[in-house]
Formats: sequence, structure tokens, C-alpha cells
Amino acid sequence: MSLHSIVLVKQVPDTSNISGDVMRPDGTVNRARLPAIFNPEDKEALELALQLKDQFGGRVTTLTMGPPAAANMLRDTLYMGADRAILLSDRRFAAADTLATSYALHKAIQHIGDYDLIFGGRQAIDGDTAQVGPQTAEKLGLAQISYTQEILNLDLDKRLVRARRAIKNGYEILESPLPVLLTVIKDAVTPRPFDVKRLCTYKRAVSKFEIEAMADESHDLLWVDELLEKAKAENLYIETWNIEDIGADVSMCGLAGSPTKVHKVENVVLSGSEFKNVPATAEGMNEMIGELMQDHIFG
Amino acid sequence: MNSKQKDLVWVFAEQADGQLADVGLELLHKARMLAEKMSSEVSAVLLGDRVESLCPTLFAHGADNVYLLDDPELKDFRTQPYANLITQLVEDKKPRVVLFGATHIGRDIAPRVASHTRSGLTADCTELKIETLTIKKVEYPDLLLQIRPAFGGNIIATIISPDVAIQMATIREGVMEMGSPDPKRKGTIIPIPVELDPVEIAVRIIEKHQEPSGVNLKGAPIIVAGGYGADTPEKFQHIYDLAKVLGAEVAGSRAAVDAGLIDGERQVGQTGTTVRPKLYIAVGISGAIQHRAGMQESQKIIAINNDPDAPIFSVAHYGIRGDLEDIIPKLIAAYKSQLH
Repeated sequence: MSLHSIVLVKQVPDTSNISGDVMRPDGTVNRARLPAIFNPEDKEALELALQLKDQFGGRVTTLTMGPPAAANMLRDTLYMGADRAILLSDRRFAAADTLATSYALHKAIQHIGDYDLIFGGRQAIDGDTAQVGPQTAEKLGLAQISYTQEILNLDLDKRLVRARRAIKNGYEILESPLPVLLTVIKDAVTPRPFDVKRLCTYKRAVSKFEIEAMADESHDLLWVDELLEKAKAENLYIETWNIEDIGADVSMCGLAGSPTKVHKVENVVLSGSEFKNVPATAEGMNEMIGELMQDHIFG
Repeated sequence: MNSKQKDLVWVFAEQADGQLADVGLELLHKARMLAEKMSSEVSAVLLGDRVESLCPTLFAHGADNVYLLDDPELKDFRTQPYANLITQLVEDKKPRVVLFGATHIGRDIAPRVASHTRSGLTADCTELKIETLTIKKVEYPDLLLQIRPAFGGNIIATIISPDVAIQMATIREGVMEMGSPDPKRKGTIIPIPVELDPVEIAVRIIEKHQEPSGVNLKGAPIIVAGGYGADTPEKFQHIYDLAKVLGAEVAGSRAAVDAGLIDGERQVGQTGTTVRPKLYIAVGISGAIQHRAGMQESQKIIAINNDPDAPIFSVAHYGIRGDLEDIIPKLIAAYKSQLH
């Protein structure tokens, strides 16, 4: 039986690169101003799945839920070695919290059908919640290994996987029956660079949205089906699924399916404390140290 | 909502090897304040093997009841038995609020419990409140305000879960104060039978390796922390030098950890450790809200930064503007000269 891994990936705003014009004067975030990147831990998750494929053969499918632009990241997954990429995209998925997200992902995974391992990063850098992995596992009725650092062994005959995961002040080694969902923490593995041959091939891979945009530009809407068939025939189609494709219940998706709501967002107000500006001179430091000593800070 | 339920606020009382994690006790203290606003009792949920002896500590820290799930299968933490048993209990008793420590364990199981019970769950809250809100003319009693920095720390978001019965949150260790225990407080132990399906215990622990951490940031009276402004090992060495002279622990911001300048277990901030030392010296730390959330309760704060507008100065008591390579040797000299 050949190994099939599904890797959950997310395109995220690069929150480590927030500059002045990203914040609007009212304190809200202008997401359009942030560069979109491949969530780092998801990239490591993909690398782990690809390493297993190198060793055991089989297939790797990448799956994301996101806006049409997430096709860019899916192409990256194809350049690295994924066999199939799926873009789950529908306006009705918008503003999903982790519960609505994991609902949609689990419906898409069920639609994919067979799988042995599901990988994902531990968390995405735009929310740091680490909730979507475990919630997706729960909805699929699967075991999970969170905080995975390394896959130690995979026995496809006995259908068992052994992995090392981080725990407080140490690690533990777990053995789980397949299928299982694993979330991967940073520094588990170094993602491989793009394969040049694959890049040449898959830079032409397109999603349905991109095909529609191409047809739109040529003012020939009939062309869509033709392009779609061509992309599929050449294995250059980034499968593009909406709510109906995965048989999801609309009321469980997007904002409607999200129990958590943002009640309010505040600009960070800095609390002023008694503040002394200390000159960077020996006298300035001496005075400050003297005050701290009087306050018994050092002893 | 179940009107007969007296204990609407629950805390997962995390334990390992018969030792309660501090975070559970900190959350009990917070849970008491939340429960008072709801005129409710507080319950702790304790899972383990022969852990009944931990109940008095939970009562002393604020629990009125302890749901005790005691079974040899629960000796070591495993995701499915723990998550499934808590899920069953939550479904059965329907509390309004369930709090978990944002630990490796809490972050592993809280999402599964929330998923199965379709509850709202917010990760890494830095503050919690109970309020009754009126939204579009509908009154929502006893909402849990789940407050956390978001989006790179540029904003503080208040999250609510108005349309579901159960509201959950995870909170990092050290964020809430523990409060002092009252050994005279008594409570009720409610034993819950443990039944597990073989499928739920199919994941086996092959090996477990834990070393007590040599790092005790929470207990350190003085902390010297470096950030992205100390972005080379040479610059970071100044931080070690200063810490050595002061007898301080060394810590770092997330930027310093991400840059590989310091270990993750020494990270201060929302996703690291929250500290309240007598003196916190922030070197080359710009002071994003996530970092400030982890240190702004320090008794005295010295900020050293070459960016005169760095937000860290707004929470500091002393600000020194300039290059750390110039300032730290002067600071060490000033300290040494006054020791005599």
C-alpha cells in the first residue's frame, strides 16, 4: 500500500515585518500592506512529509484554505515536491475562527478520502493559536501528535508511526496507529529549496481563479473550460474547491460557523510611569544605580 | 444554560508526576474573581493516577469542588484519554467557562474539547473579565471577555463567544497572579468514573525524558534581557556580562529567540514567561506589546535602546538612549564603584 500524506498549509501575513504604514490611524491592520509568506512551521511539516515520501514512496497532497492568492504558496509546495495541491477557497469561508476553519478542513480531507498521515505546522504566525491542528484531528476522530520534532519510524505493514514530540523541559516518544495527525514545531527540520526542474514545470500550474482571470482578459469566457481541461491533462491544475465541492454546511463555515467574535480592537495605549531619562554618561549611571540601591533593588 | 448548575467556572488542574502545575493554581485565583461576578462556584478538573491528595491544595487556592478522575490509565498525560474524558464531563455538566493553562498539555487538549463541544476558545489570553453586554439590543449575560494582544502585538483584541453555551480560554503560566492559599478552605471531591475505549488509549508512550529546567526566570529578582538590538553574539555577550555582575538571570525577547541568540525557555513575553522581578533591564528590546505583557509588572524597569522612540521607554522607570556597547560597560563600572 502506498503512503499518502496530506499537509495542511497556510499563507500568512509576515507579522515579523510590521512597519509603520501597515497600521491604520484607527489602530486596525491593513493586511494588504503585509507581505504574504508560507507559514514557516507548515513548510517544515511539508518537508517532513516529503522526507517520508523520499524514503517510502507514495504521494504528498497539500491543502490550504485561503484567498485565491494562496495559489502562490501552493505552487511553492509543488516546487518542493508535492504531487497534488488543493485550494479551498470561497467567500463564505471568510472570517472563520479556528473552529470554522477546522470544520472546513476536515470536510475537505474527507473529500480527499484516503490518507495515512496528516501534517501541519504547530501554529500560524498570524494567530499563534495552535488550535486548528488538534481541532481538525478531533473532527476526523483521529489521534494527534502535537509539537512533533522528528519522525523516528514508520511501519507501513503494522501501520504504526513513532515520533518524538516536545514536552515541558524535555521530549517524549509516542507510537500511534495510522492514520494520525501530527503538528510540527519550528526547527524540527530545514525545508528543502525549490527543485529547479519542478519550478520550470509547475510555475505554469494554475488555480480555477487564475484560469478565469486569463479567460477574462481574453474576453472569451468559453475558453475557461478549455483551459481547465488543458491544465488538468498536463497535471498543472491547482484543484480549486468551494463549499459545495466539499459538501460543507454553510452555517458551520466562515463567520457564521465561528463561535468566537472580535468584540473590539484597541490601539495599544502605553501606560506612562514615572520616567527618568538617564544620560549615557558615568554620572548618569551612578545616579541611577544610587537610587536603585536606596530602593533596595539589589539586595 | 443549565440553571441548576452551581459551578459555572471550571479550571483544568494540570499535574505531572503528582505535582500540580502553578498555572492551574493561578487560574483558580482568577476563576474565583470571575465566579463572584456570576454568583457561581469554582470547580477544578483533576485527572491522574492516585492524585486525590492534591485536592486540598486546589481547595486552598480557590476551588469549591474538584472533579476527580483517578485511574492508572491516566498516570501519564495522553491526548485522547484526557481530552475525551474532559469533553464528556463538560457536555454532561455544561459549565459556562473553562480555563486551561497554555502549556504543552493545555494547548494540546483544549482545542479538542472546544471542537467537540462547539465552544469558543481563545488562546494565550492576557486578561479575562466577566461582563453582561448588550449587542444589537440583545442582552448577553455573563460573557467571558477574552483579551489578548493580536497581530504582531499592534492591537489588543477583546474576543467574545456570545452565541454558544461554553466559553474557553488558555492562559500562559505566570500571567495571572497566584494569590495566597487559604489552607482552611474546604471543598467537595466529586469522583467521576473513568471508562476508556481501547481506541482512546491506542497511542503508547515509548519513552519520556524530562530534566528539571535550570532556568528559573519567574523566581529571579533581577533579569537582564536582550532583544533584536543585540543582534550579534558579541553584543549579546555584554548582556551576559552585565547579568553576571548583577547576579541576574539572562532572558530575551521573541526576536532574540527567533534569531537564535538565546534559548526559547528564556523568552519573556506573551508566548514565553511572564515575570515580575525587582529589576528588569531591557537591552535592545523595542518593546512590542507581547513583550511588555510579560514584564511590565516588574518593580523597576531600565530600558537601554538606541531608538529614542522605542515603545519600551513608555513602561520604563529609567531610559538610557544610546548604543548598548557603550552603555553596558559604563553601567557595570557604576555598579561596581558603588558596591564599595
